[in-house]
Amino acid sequence: MTKDENNGGIKRMVNPNRFGIERIAYLLMRLTGLGLLGYFIAHVYETSNILRGRMGWDDFLAMTQTTEGHIFLVLVIGMCVFHTGNGIRIMLGHGGVGVGKPARPDYPYDPASQNYRHKIGIYSSIVLAAAAMMYGMAVMFGE
Amino acid sequence: MAQVSSTADEQAPNLLSTSKSVLLKISRFNPESDDSSKFMEFSIPYQKWTTVLEAILDVKKHFDHSVAVRYSCRQATCGSCGMLINGKPRLACFTKISELDSDVVTVEPMNNFPVIRDLAVRFEKLFDKHQKIKPYVIRDDTELESDQREFLQSPEEVEQYIQFANCIKCGLCNSACPTMATDSSFVGPQALAQAYRYVADSRDKGNDDRLNIIDESHGIWRCHFAGSCSQVCPKGVDPAMGIQFLRGYLLGFRN
Repeated sequence: MTKDENNGGIKRMVNPNRFGIERIAYLLMRLTGLGLLGYFIAHVYETSNILRGRMGWDDFLAMTQTTEGHIFLVLVIGMCVFHTGNGIRIMLGHGGVGVGKPARPDYPYDPASQNYRHKIGIYSSIVLAAAAMMYGMAVMFGE
Repeated sequence: MAQVSSTADEQAPNLLSTSKSVLLKISRFNPESDDSSKFMEFSIPYQKWTTVLEAILDVKKHFDHSVAVRYSCRQATCGSCGMLINGKPRLACFTKISELDSDVVTVEPMNNFPVIRDLAVRFEKLFDKHQKIKPYVIRDDTELESDQREFLQSPEEVEQYIQFANCIKCGLCNSACPTMATDSSFVGPQALAQAYRYVADSRDKGNDDRLNIIDESHGIWRCHFAGSCSQVCPKGVDPAMGIQFLRGYLLGFRN
């Protein structure tokens, strides 16, 4: 604990406990965003191997044909699908779409912005990501 | 009447017999002398209507009067007694021990606020940010210069902002916000919700001023719609809704 701020920093930012599925979606969005950024950098490095000629290209591509490579690609598929689905939900929300209407609040003050539409959006993104990962596993490990 | 008295007399022993005990863990920290916080534990009897604030005051009265806690109205109106109760920002006067459904109640100072001592935190930054967004009706004309003595509004126009006028500035939303955990310069959900409160007010003519204030790197764009602010608000203000509407104005989705 610091004297000046008492900010929890990243440790508190990534703690999804006690704030519902929306906070878990927030955490997953950050993690998948970082994961996709890492994949993007790795992808640029991977494709740059074509400068080493066909042999170099094939050697590097062989890494993705291993079990570890397949698991990595399955994770990339999951991250991509969740980030896309949840991203569309968040973009709509950021424009004020589907976040409810202002109204005089009644106890127990359930927030209208955390409504079933957004919850369905989050759960759908998770289910779609899981389905895409399973399909990816079936294709890559089913050979 | 006799029957009512008789019933009350019969119920009194039952109510007393339902008294339970809870282990109250209070975070103790003095920035002037301590390097880290530590917990002190007290076993406190409670009834189903006992609030966390009453339990803390029980500790101050019977065990340790040096526990620092800020409180005033005891009815969720003044916004003074915000703290982390079992890890979640809540008002101590508005949280009954029985509703926590736990044998252990842990109270800590709110996150994202400097600690004065124990459970009391500094609100200067909260109030500064609130002041920054100009929380008042801005108009070119004044009552003195106009024949019209009131700025009339329809009920529909009032509905647009009245929910956000319920803010008691308790700081729970800022404490729950994940962005504020890493960016102390972020304007925060409290101030942003209040910016919307005045932007949505049909009497107000200061929209451009306010939107310019929040349209900056530590302003509205740092909100990622985690929604934790709305989940902890004890007055149903729903800051996340107001922030998204504000962003809708800035993005041109709303007029």
